[in-house]
Amino acid sequence: MSTTWIIVAALLGFLVVFQIAKASEYVSILKGEEKTRKDNNRINAFLLLVFLVVGLFGVWYCNERLKGKILPPSASDHGEKIDTMIWITLAITFVVFVITQILLFWFSYRYQEREGQKAYYFPHNNKLEVIWTVIPAITLTVLVGFGLFYWFQITGEAPKNAQVIEVTGSQFKWEFRYPGADGKLGKKYYKQINEDKSNPLGQIWEDPDNRDDKVVSGEVHVVVGKPVKFIIGSKDVIHDFGLAHFRMKMDAVPGIPTTMWFTPKYTTREMKAKYGDDFNYEISCDQMCGPGHYGMRGVIVVESEAEFKVWLAQKQSQYDIAHASPTPANQSGSPADSTSNSKPQTTNNKPTAFLNK
Amino acid sequence: MDNEQIIHVHEGAAGTHEVIHTNGHGDGHHHHKQSFITKYIFSQDHKVIGKQFLITGITWAMIGAFFSVIFRLQLGFPDTSFPFLETIFGHWARGGKLDPEFYYALITMHGTILVFFVLTAGLSGTFANLLIPLQVGARDMASPFMNMLSYWFFFLASVIMMSSLFLQTGPASGGWTMYPPLSALRDAQPGSKMGADLWIVAMAMFIVSSLLGGLNYIATILNMRTKGMTMTRLPLTVWGLFFTAILGVLSFPVLLSGAILLLFDRNLGTSFYLSDIYVKGHILPNEGGSPILYQHLFWFLGHPEVYIIILPAMGMVSEIMSVNSRKPIFGYMAMVGSLFAICILAFLVWAHHMFVTGMNPFLGSVFVLLTLLIAIPSAIKVFNWLTTIWRGNIRFTPAMLFAIGFVSLFISGGLTGIWLGNSTIDIHVHDTYFVIAHFHIVMGVSAFFGMFAGVYHWFPKMFGRYMNNTLGYIHFWVTMCGAYLIFWPMHYMGLAGVPRRYLDFTPWTSFNKFGDLNKMISVVTIIVFAVSLLFVFNFFYSIFKGRKVRTQNPWGANTLEWTTPINPGHGNWPGDIPEVHRWPYDYGKDGRDHIMQTEPVNPGETTH
Repeated sequence: MSTTWIIVAALLGFLVVFQIAKASEYVSILKGEEKTRKDNNRINAFLLLVFLVVGLFGVWYCNERLKGKILPPSASDHGEKIDTMIWITLAITFVVFVITQILLFWFSYRYQEREGQKAYYFPHNNKLEVIWTVIPAITLTVLVGFGLFYWFQITGEAPKNAQVIEVTGSQFKWEFRYPGADGKLGKKYYKQINEDKSNPLGQIWEDPDNRDDKVVSGEVHVVVGKPVKFIIGSKDVIHDFGLAHFRMKMDAVPGIPTTMWFTPKYTTREMKAKYGDDFNYEISCDQMCGPGHYGMRGVIVVESEAEFKVWLAQKQSQYDIAHASPTPANQSGSPADSTSNSKPQTTNNKPTAFLNK
Repeated sequence: MDNEQIIHVHEGAAGTHEVIHTNGHGDGHHHHKQSFITKYIFSQDHKVIGKQFLITGITWAMIGAFFSVIFRLQLGFPDTSFPFLETIFGHWARGGKLDPEFYYALITMHGTILVFFVLTAGLSGTFANLLIPLQVGARDMASPFMNMLSYWFFFLASVIMMSSLFLQTGPASGGWTMYPPLSALRDAQPGSKMGADLWIVAMAMFIVSSLLGGLNYIATILNMRTKGMTMTRLPLTVWGLFFTAILGVLSFPVLLSGAILLLFDRNLGTSFYLSDIYVKGHILPNEGGSPILYQHLFWFLGHPEVYIIILPAMGMVSEIMSVNSRKPIFGYMAMVGSLFAICILAFLVWAHHMFVTGMNPFLGSVFVLLTLLIAIPSAIKVFNWLTTIWRGNIRFTPAMLFAIGFVSLFISGGLTGIWLGNSTIDIHVHDTYFVIAHFHIVMGVSAFFGMFAGVYHWFPKMFGRYMNNTLGYIHFWVTMCGAYLIFWPMHYMGLAGVPRRYLDFTPWTSFNKFGDLNKMISVVTIIVFAVSLLFVFNFFYSIFKGRKVRTQNPWGANTLEWTTPINPGHGNWPGDIPEVHRWPYDYGKDGRDHIMQTEPVNPGETTH
């Protein structure tokens, strides 16, 4: 019912505005069109000036209201470089923004049509044009210089001592694999994926490196102050491993592994103490991946080395999980049993080819 | 009734034309008695085709904008249910709340419709058709028949895209960029079933339309200029449309190839974009493809596309600013040069959309450099516009206000481009609300402002009547305030890392702080939408009932379209096509208000 009333009210509003507009047209004919035009000109010139003043105030007000809601200072070393770059760019662009907007609206107001005012015939001036070609060029060179300086640091090789963790996105969850004691991630092949047999990532069990790899879902733990390198992939569509607090982001592309590394600076506990108990380093999917995209959430826990070791030690390796009980409860009957032995042989060709790559 | 009057005027004009033809000026331009169908539906008159593009574009704009209102309702008021949504959309909005799949369908269609159907076809389709022959001094396009086909392929594309809205599984919902594998896998989401196929086919038709139109525009500008109309005497509108057409002709085929390969992957079992995929419990056989290939093909069009959208607006704004400041455009050659520079650079920056796809960082750095280079011609244009109004004698018609609004928005949105083009910053704000704010301001709203300016300015030429000024002023001020209120605060959301294309922020502790802001944005969106409807009403009402134009040159402009009769017939000029003697920007020269392009240069005249 209320919808109907809203529609009726909107229609009435339209009608009123339209009638006023129509009437103003008749009035203008009565008053003399030239006079009306000049009145309108004055009003609009004045409004442009008002818009400038109110607009600049609005920019300040918006900043006051919202600056507290943007993220806390970066929680990673790379993020600090990105924040520095943002400050440099903000300083330059904000100055340009204020100057050009003031000029635009001030000129509009100042040079509104006036009786006896003549427009100045000024078709070109090479000196001016050279000035405003060269100055932006220099400024942009500076910005490109800083930007690329940081860019290569951020995207450069990860340090040797970095903790390697594999990330796999799929609709709509994150899974993580730790290499275990040997420090090596075992080979995997997507055709080996079998969730019913506890092989969500398609690890190839023949590869001995896979024996101690540990797989966890939803929550990943990393060590504070130690570089961490993520090897990022996807099972189905493109996702994006987005870590807003660390200012990092990298697509998860099926078939093409990508990487990202950084050093976390503050533990989750420190952040909770500072920003409240509901604080979490959240992992968001930043590349649209389907209807559940907005719920594809994960969490990074940053903790001390000791805590991390305790946490990881509790986890069983995926190999052990997959081989402890050959048939999980939901998979009943013999076919599963027989394939569990025969499958490695039938798919032998492909995985070996893959291993040789 | 007034409609009929217009028709009579049209016929009258055509009649005089006929008479003059028989008076021995037979350059092969034949006019037969035209039926309603050949005159208004399958018309080959560029002016009618321009109007067809415009009206189709307006229809699409209303649909696309309505979609944004629907999803803004959901984003602004996540806890409220809107029973009327279920009335309209049935199972897509059960219980008055948007289904996530439908939300993604809406944003996908909103993007596709506005980028392609409104701001490409509706904008350059309209004004290239209307203005190129009129401003270069030609009786029609190089190939009027191809021109007609261009509209009808667009119409066909519209019909196909529209019909996809009525599928049981919904229209395409992979985002307007339609990245595979999401858009390629039927199992990945319902919108990737039939809807995605129809999207691809509609886009293929659209591309055909765009190519037919673009080739025609280029041919007309290069070959059919009237006597004396050298390239450097062309109004900047024509230059803008010329570069737009070149961009379209060179880049749309690449999108077509990308889309066709996607169609193959979807239907013929090829693996151009697919590799190593396990979806919904199925292991797919495809190996060796690259989803990133699609992104390269897509953005090779996708980036020039944003210039396809903005260059016509830039051209029109230059023209309108000069006319209403009663002052020549400042730095005509620099304006042309910067358009040219933008046109070249537009082809060399596409991968800045892909900094975080895992692309080689060195390649990324090259694209950073080339991307930020675009800021230079853009800066030149802004400074030249500022100098154009400096010491002018400015008339604030609704068109001029929209032109000033365009410059303001172009500055605001252009400057954030410097943020996003720098890969270091892009890592953080990529695919967040910052990007939404940036591109809506710089190419969405700006291009709309250019389009509105063009409609208000050339409405008298199109229909021989004026639009209502008061409604025009209301339209401008509400839209101008609304544009900033909606998109300015989104920069902050982006800096807070809030990702795009999220239906609901409640599960997130980092992103759920903007509830009030989202409400405000949604309310403003609805108001701006209502005012846009007012504009549409003004448009259609004024076609039939607007104040009549009584002088040939109502704005006191110099360009050739104002030398035609108030209601020009097919062929544009009843007599000979006028000869051109000067550039189009002699305003305020030697103490004269304006000097038409057709006026010979006086011996005593100063040169510039």
